[in-house]
Amino acid sequence: MHPIIPYLVAAVLFGLGIYGVLVRRNAVLVLAAVELLLNAVNLVLVTADNTVTTTLPHSGSVFALFVIVLAAAEIGVGLAIVLQLYRLRGSIAADAVPLGERIPEDDVAPTDTPMSAS
Amino acid sequence: MTTADVLLLALGALAIGSGIRVVATTHLVRAGLWLVVTLASLAGMYLVLGAELVAWVQVLLYVGAVVVLLLFAVMLTRAPIGSSQDMDRPKATGALIGGAAGLGLGALLVDAFHWSYVPQRPSGSAENVGAAVFRTWALPFEVLSMLLLAALVGAIVVSRPVRGTE
Repeated sequence: MHPIIPYLVAAVLFGLGIYGVLVRRNAVLVLAAVELLLNAVNLVLVTADNTVTTTLPHSGSVFALFVIVLAAAEIGVGLAIVLQLYRLRGSIAADAVPLGERIPEDDVAPTDTPMSAS
Repeated sequence: MTTADVLLLALGALAIGSGIRVVATTHLVRAGLWLVVTLASLAGMYLVLGAELVAWVQVLLYVGAVVVLLLFAVMLTRAPIGSSQDMDRPKATGALIGGAAGLGLGALLVDAFHWSYVPQRPSGSAENVGAAVFRTWALPFEVLSMLLLAALVGAIVVSRPVRGTE
C-alpha cells in the first residue's frame, strides 16, 4: 500500500475544511466544515497507525477514537450555542455575531444575557 | 498498484468530491447529506486501512449521530429550504488560505513519503484497540469521560430558556 494516497486525501480534506470554516456564513455549516477538519486528522492518524511501526501499537486508532469522542462533545456544545444564538437574535449568520462584550440595548434587553440565567 | 491502492484512490476521490460539495453547495440540507457521503467513504477508507473498530465507530457516531444533530439544527433554526444565494462570505480569502493549507500539507507529505511502498500491518480489530485503550491509554480515556460529562452539563446550561422571556 502506498501511504501517500490517504495522506494526500487528508491534506485536501483539511484544505476544504479551512475553506468552509472561513467562507460559510451559516453557523451550522461552519460546524460541518469543522467536522471535515477533524476527519482529515483522523485519516492521518489511522494511516500512520497502519504503516508506521511503533513501540506502542494501535495508538493511532486509539487517538482516532479519542478525536471522534471530542468531535461529538464539540458538536453538542456548538449546536447548543448556535440554537441559543438563534433564540436571542433570530439569525445564525456567523459574521453578524457581535464580538464585543457589550450587547446593544435595542437588540436584547439586559436581563436576556446568558449570564443572568445562571 | 495493489487492490488496497485502487480502493483507497476510489474512496478518496469520492470523499474529496463530496467534501467539495459540502463546502460549496447552496442548499443547506444538501450540505448535510453530502457530509454523510464524505464520512461514509472515509469509514470505507478506514476499513481498507484495517482499522475496523474506528470505521464502525465512525459510522455509528458521525453518520448516525453528528449528521443527524446537524440536520436537527438546520431545521430548528428555520433555515431556508432550497437554494439560497446568501450562504457565503466573499470567497477569495478563504480560498487562498484553504488552498495554501491544503497545498502546503500535500507538498510536505509528498516530500516525506514520495511513492514509497509500505506493507500493511494487521491491526485495528476491536480486541487490539480495546487492549491498547485500557492498558496504555486508560487515564486519557477517563479524562475523556469527564470531558463528555462537562460538555453535557455545558450544553444543558447554555440551552436553558432565558429567565424572563419564557
